[in-house]
Amino acid sequence: MKSFDGTLAVQPKKRVDIWGLLIGLVLIIISLVCLLPFVHVVAKSFSEDAFVIANKVFLWPKGFSVEAYKKIFADQSILRSFYISVIVTVLFTFIGMVITILAAYALSRQQLRWRTALTMIFTFPLFFHGGIIPEYMMINNLGMLDTIWSLILPLAFSSFNLIVMKSALSSSIPVSLEESARIDGAGHFRILWSIVLPLSKPIIATLSLFYAVGRWNSYQDALFYIKQNTDLRPLQLKLYYLIIQGSESFQLEATQVSLSNPEILKASCVVFATVPILLIYPFIQKYFVQGVMLGAIKE
Amino acid sequence: MSISNSLRQDWQLYLILVIPLCFVILFKYAPMTGLVLAFKDYKIAKGFWGSEWVGFDVFREIFSKPDFALALRNTVMLNLLDLVFSFTMPIVLALLLNEIKSVKFKRMNQTLLYLPHFLSWIIIGAIAYQLLGEGSGAINNAIASLGGNRVPFLQEDTHWLISYLFIGVWQSMGWGTILYLAAISGINPEMYEAAIVDGAGRWRKIWNITLPSIRFTIITLLIMNLGKVMEGSFERIFALQNKATTEFTTTIPVLVYRWGIESGNFSRATALGLFQAIIGLTMVLLADRVAKKLGEDGIF
Repeated sequence: MKSFDGTLAVQPKKRVDIWGLLIGLVLIIISLVCLLPFVHVVAKSFSEDAFVIANKVFLWPKGFSVEAYKKIFADQSILRSFYISVIVTVLFTFIGMVITILAAYALSRQQLRWRTALTMIFTFPLFFHGGIIPEYMMINNLGMLDTIWSLILPLAFSSFNLIVMKSALSSSIPVSLEESARIDGAGHFRILWSIVLPLSKPIIATLSLFYAVGRWNSYQDALFYIKQNTDLRPLQLKLYYLIIQGSESFQLEATQVSLSNPEILKASCVVFATVPILLIYPFIQKYFVQGVMLGAIKE
Repeated sequence: MSISNSLRQDWQLYLILVIPLCFVILFKYAPMTGLVLAFKDYKIAKGFWGSEWVGFDVFREIFSKPDFALALRNTVMLNLLDLVFSFTMPIVLALLLNEIKSVKFKRMNQTLLYLPHFLSWIIIGAIAYQLLGEGSGAINNAIASLGGNRVPFLQEDTHWLISYLFIGVWQSMGWGTILYLAAISGINPEMYEAAIVDGAGRWRKIWNITLPSIRFTIITLLIMNLGKVMEGSFERIFALQNKATTEFTTTIPVLVYRWGIESGNFSRATALGLFQAIIGLTMVLLADRVAKKLGEDGIF
């Protein structure tokens, strides 16, 4: 604490708040560090070979060209991966939310017996799990290897999201509202559907975003579970082989020799895979800050 | 109220719970039975039940592998370093963001800071190579055009380690601020007003009011993170690794993958996974105990 005394001398009620300005400046720099790498890749993806090879592209495209994107949209296997990712993400988010909402509603009701024990059952997997081999064998036993369900069902429940949802439900739904509904003869299905759901939009939007982003971005389970059936590779796994391993080439590469700079292709793949997330993000942002806060404040 | 009464009155409630419960049991608890493989010599031909019990032999075997020692060292080292940098940065950032009075400026900054969290590790890996690559990475191009020497950010072990840590901080710092900012927003403004009357400046308010008020959040997250000291992200390592840097990339999750999925040695990989999970759970429980001893709330 003593060490801050020196700075106090600068503080007292001056017109210009030097520390305030400095903090703002530091934040601007850190924010730019978060943004600029992505801008650089976007710039590269729209540039012409010659400029990229000559290392001339930084934050603005040079010799504007969409050739790389044309190539991506001409590659059937990438489009299929994109399509798989979209289907998997939508189904996963839907199923995940249904389970989370049902569990959170039941566990947040005072009338539920064995509430603590049941909550423990749902949250314990957060701290201990079987590990990837037992899980792999389970998926195998269920006959889900190399099917789309291996990417949807095993991870569709998240203990973390349940905890957030549960504390949001217990803090944001007035008990009196529920009681009066019960007096009017409403059952739990009715209360859940007509009272709880409409009142929980922010948290539902937030957790849907969590589920969707998590599913869209992960590739580990696809790497394990999608072995033979390459048609089922989601986009991120496809990109893993394409970009990181550099082992799979674009189908049309042999015929289109004119466009041979992989750097540009990689850059456009990055943009191609990121745009869907960036498109939903602004719509949900106002919800999720609110939503996370609801969930974060302790019961 | 008796159990049967409760069941009759709230049967819908129990019905609602059936689907999630089945789900959790099937996908979270049922796989745990597979952990017995760690105590068996698993042969595909003999099957799950037919394979022989070998007690702790598999554990003895993996502990004697040189790869295990390397993976253990790397996992602990990478995650502890991550804890030092990736855990503290969001706290600092949240304190700084809290000092911003303009709502617009604050929100704009937050939007940008959250961005990396929404990119997958594959994408981040790709961006990292585009920026930090030795031959054509933008940063090295800039260094070269200024007359400096190219730096092997991702192509040499020590440089790779630093880049790995930096990229981790980059990816998670903005997102990590959310919980802290939420906790800060719950602080009673009167405390600050009283402090100002007492003549406290900016730093004193941060040190004596803000930090103590978010202590609970910090400790909870710290305990949760300690449980991950044996884990580490498989996806992150896998996306950032390359042939030139092998010194630090063998970690426990990577080794589980190599032994299990790649080489099909299920017993060995399961045992390693179990070892990792037990240490993780122990760390969480220990940290929670210590936190309680020190007079904090803990998480259980």
